[in-house]
Amino acid sequence: MSLRAIPVAAVATAALALAACGGNDEPRQTVTVLAAASLTEAFGELAEAFEGSRPGVDVRLAFAGSAALRTQVLEGAPADVFASASPDEVAALAAAGLVVEQRALARNALVVVVTEDASARIGDFADLAEPGLRLVLAAEDVPAGRYARESLALAGTDFAARVLANVRSNEASVRATLAKVELGEADAAIVYASDLAAADGIRAVTIPARFQVAAEYRIALLGENAGARAFLAFATSPEGSAILARHGFEPVAVAP
Amino acid sequence: MTALRARAPHVGLGLLIGVFALFFLLPFAGLLERGLGDRGAWDAITSDTALDALVLSLWTSALSLVIAVVAGTPVAYWLTHARFPGKGAVEALIDLPIVLPPTIAGVALLTAFGRRGLLGTPLDEWFGVTLGFSTVAVIMAQLFVGAPFYVRAARAGFASVDGQYERVAHTLGASRLRAFARIVLPLSWPSLAAGAALCWARALGELGATLIFAGNLQGETQTMPLAILSAFERADGLTAAVALAILLLAVALVALAAFWLLSSRNGAAP
Repeated sequence: MSLRAIPVAAVATAALALAACGGNDEPRQTVTVLAAASLTEAFGELAEAFEGSRPGVDVRLAFAGSAALRTQVLEGAPADVFASASPDEVAALAAAGLVVEQRALARNALVVVVTEDASARIGDFADLAEPGLRLVLAAEDVPAGRYARESLALAGTDFAARVLANVRSNEASVRATLAKVELGEADAAIVYASDLAAADGIRAVTIPARFQVAAEYRIALLGENAGARAFLAFATSPEGSAILARHGFEPVAVAP
Repeated sequence: MTALRARAPHVGLGLLIGVFALFFLLPFAGLLERGLGDRGAWDAITSDTALDALVLSLWTSALSLVIAVVAGTPVAYWLTHARFPGKGAVEALIDLPIVLPPTIAGVALLTAFGRRGLLGTPLDEWFGVTLGFSTVAVIMAQLFVGAPFYVRAARAGFASVDGQYERVAHTLGASRLRAFARIVLPLSWPSLAAGAALCWARALGELGATLIFAGNLQGETQTMPLAILSAFERADGLTAAVALAILLLAVALVALAAFWLLSSRNGAAP
C-alpha cells in the first residue's frame, strides 16, 4: 500500500529540496502520518498539497489496515498523526493516553464490488447470499470488515449467516479485499464507495440505504508537534475536505 | 568452543560476537517475557483459532515436505549427474524461489494458477476447478518456497558422494536403484536431512505467498503465520500474536531437534 505513496513522497521531497536550495532557511520538519488503507490516494494528494503550502515540512505516509496501525502505535511506532477508518482505533489509542487531539475527518459508504464475470449473477445486495458465491471481506477486526458485517446484520441474522457462509477469505485491509476481486480470485467483496476510484475492471452494486453503515473516519494528533497540528488542520480545512470529496469521501467539514 | 578459548579472541571481535548474539537472543527473550507473563496468552493458545491453525500448519507443511522429497530427490540426483546444454539455467530456475520474496512468489503463483492465470483459466473453465482460497493453494505456496531448499541440499549431498563407490557397486552387479539406496543415500543423508529440515521450516513459516495466493480463512487456509498476523490486527491482539508465536516456535524447535538427531545418527555410520 505504502508503495503507492513513494512516487508522491519522492516528488514532494525533490520539490522541497529545490525550494530549500532557493534560500529557504526555515528548519525542516518531518510529519509521520499513519493512515487507513482506504485513504491511500486521498492522503497522497492531501500530503502533496500540504507540503506545497508549507515549505519545510515533509510528510511521510504509511498505509495499512487501521487495526494493524493501531497495534503498531500502541507498541511504540513513532507517528505524529493517525487517520483511522473507525473511531474504535482512535479510542484505543486515546485510552492509552496517546492522543492529544482528535477530529472527525470524513464518512464513507459501503458498496458491493463484483467481477465482470460475476455481475450477471449478482445484480443486487440480496444476491450475496447465493450459495457458492466466492465472497471476500476484510477481517472482522479491520474497520471495513466490521462495517460490512454490521451492514449484513441489518439485513437480517439469517441473511447475514448465509452471506458469511460464502466468505472465502478475511483480508488484512480493505484494499487487500478489493484486490482479490480485481484479480478475479473472488466474485464479490464489500468495500468502501471511495475504493471504486482506485479499482479497475469491476462492477459496483449499491447497498440499499436501509442496510448502509456509514464508516466514520477520525484523525488524531499523537504528539505536540507544530507540523503535525498543521497537517491535522489542513486535512479538516475546506481545501482538505475538497480533496477528500474528490476521492469519494464525504468530508465532515470542521472549520479550524 | 575450545579453539576459540585457546586463541583468546580480540576484544573487538568478542564485542562483535556479543552484540550479534544479543541481536538474535533479545527478540526471543521479548517474546517469552510478553507471552509467559500474560494470562490471556494461555487462552489464545488454547483457542479454536490457534488449534485449527496449528493443525493446518502441521499437516500442510508435512505434506509439502513429502512432495518435495518424493519429487525433489530424483530431480536432484538427475541434475547432479546429467550433462546437457542449458543445465545451468535449469539449476538457476530451481534455485530462483530461494531468492524470491514470498510475496512475489504469491503473485507469480496467482498469475499461473489463479482464476485468471495461465493454467488457472482453463482449469476453471473446463473443469470448474479453482485453486485460490483452497488448502491445495496453501500447499502449493509452501512447496514453491520450500522445495528448492531441499533440491539444492540434495544436489550438494549427491555431488559429494564419490562416484567410484557407485561404479564398484555396479560392477558387483548391484542395480542402479540398489546402489542408490545402499550407497548414495546413506552417504548423502546429512545433506538430505538438513535440506528437508530447511524445506519444512520454510513451509511452516510461509506467509506472504499464502496470503496472496490462498487467502486467509480459519480451518481452510489460515496457517499459523496467518493466524499470528490476524491476531496482530485484533484490539488486544499482541498478546494473542505473541502466544501463537511461542507455540509455533516450540513446535518448530521440537521438529528441528528431531531432524538433527535423525541426520546425525544416520550420517555417523555410512
